[in-house]
Amino acid sequence: MSEIADKVKKIVVEHLGVDESKVTPDASFIDDLGADSLDTVELVMAFEEAFSVEIPEDAAEKITTVKDAIDYIEKQKAA
Amino acid sequence: MFRLDGKVALVTGASGGIGREIVRALHAQGATVVLSGTRQAVLEEVAASIGAEGGADRLHVCPADLSDATAADALVAAAEEKAGAPLAILVNNAGLTRDTLAIRMKDEDWSRVLDVDLAAPFRLCRAALKGMLRRRAGRIINIASVVGVTGNAGQANYAAAKAGMIGMGKSLAQEAGSRGVTVNTLAPGFIQTAMTDVLPEAQKEKLVSAIPLGRMGQPGDIAPAVVYLASDEAGWVTGATLHVNGGMAMV
Repeated sequence: MSEIADKVKKIVVEHLGVDESKVTPDASFIDDLGADSLDTVELVMAFEEAFSVEIPEDAAEKITTVKDAIDYIEKQKAA
Repeated sequence: MFRLDGKVALVTGASGGIGREIVRALHAQGATVVLSGTRQAVLEEVAASIGAEGGADRLHVCPADLSDATAADALVAAAEEKAGAPLAILVNNAGLTRDTLAIRMKDEDWSRVLDVDLAAPFRLCRAALKGMLRRRAGRIINIASVVGVTGNAGQANYAAAKAGMIGMGKSLAQEAGSRGVTVNTLAPGFIQTAMTDVLPEAQKEKLVSAIPLGRMGQPGDIAPAVVYLASDEAGWVTGATLHVNGGMAMV
C-alpha cells in the first residue's frame, strides 16, 4: 500500500473512530463507516491539511469511499 | 447551576459596557476568560479590575482589530494560546454603529458596520467551530440587537448586520447540532452604554416610554443571559434568539 493510502487510512480511523480492519478501499464513509455529512466534510478538510492539497467542493462530493480519497490525492500529488 | 469551571471563553468587545459585564459574569462562574477588543490598555484595566476580586490568573487579554479579516481569522487560535486550553465558549459581542438615514449613508458606513458586526463574527464562529465540532462540545453566543428584528430608522446598516447574525446563528446551529455544539443569539434592547449615551435625551425618554418594564437596560441585565446560554444546563437550547429588552419588543 502506498504512503498516501496509509495516511488516508490513518486519518479515517482517527476521525471516525472505527476499527482499522473496516477501512478497506471500497468502504463507503457514510454507508460502511457510519459517517454523517459533517464527518465527510471534516474528513476532506483533514485530507487537505495532511496532504497540503485543495479539494474543491465538486470534487469533495465525489469522494465517498476510502479509494476515492486515495485516488484523488494521488492524482493531485502526481500532477 | 450554571458553573463554568475549567472552561475557556473568548469575549470580543470586552472593553465595552456590555462586554465587560459579560466577562465579569463568566469569570464569576469559574470560566477562564480571554478579553478581546481594539484597545489593549482598556482591556488590561478591565481585566485588572475584575481580577482584583480574585482569580486574576483566569483572565487574559488578547487585542484584535476585527475590521481586519486576517486578525479576525487568527483570534481564536491566539486566544487558545493565551489561555493554554481549547475554546469552550465564544461570545461575539463586539460591534459598532455608523448611524445615519439611508439616503445619507455612505458605502463606507455600510461596509464597515457589516464587516465588523457580521463578517467578523462569522470568521470567529468558523474558526471556533472547527475545534468545537471535533471536541463534540462548545457554546457560541452571538450578541445581536432588538433592532435586528424590529428595524430602526437611521440604522439600516446595523439592523441588517444584526438580522444577518440571527440568520447566520440559526444556520450554524443546524450544522453543529449533531456534535452537541450550540449556537444562540442574544438580542439586547436599549442598554445604557457609551453606544446609547449619544442618543438625544428626548429620544431616550421616548424609548423608555415604550418599555413595559419602564427603564433602559443595564449591562448587568444582559450578562446573566450569556451565562445561561454558555452553561451545560442550556444544552438543549440552540438556534434560539433570546430577547432581553424590558418587554420593548415581544417577539
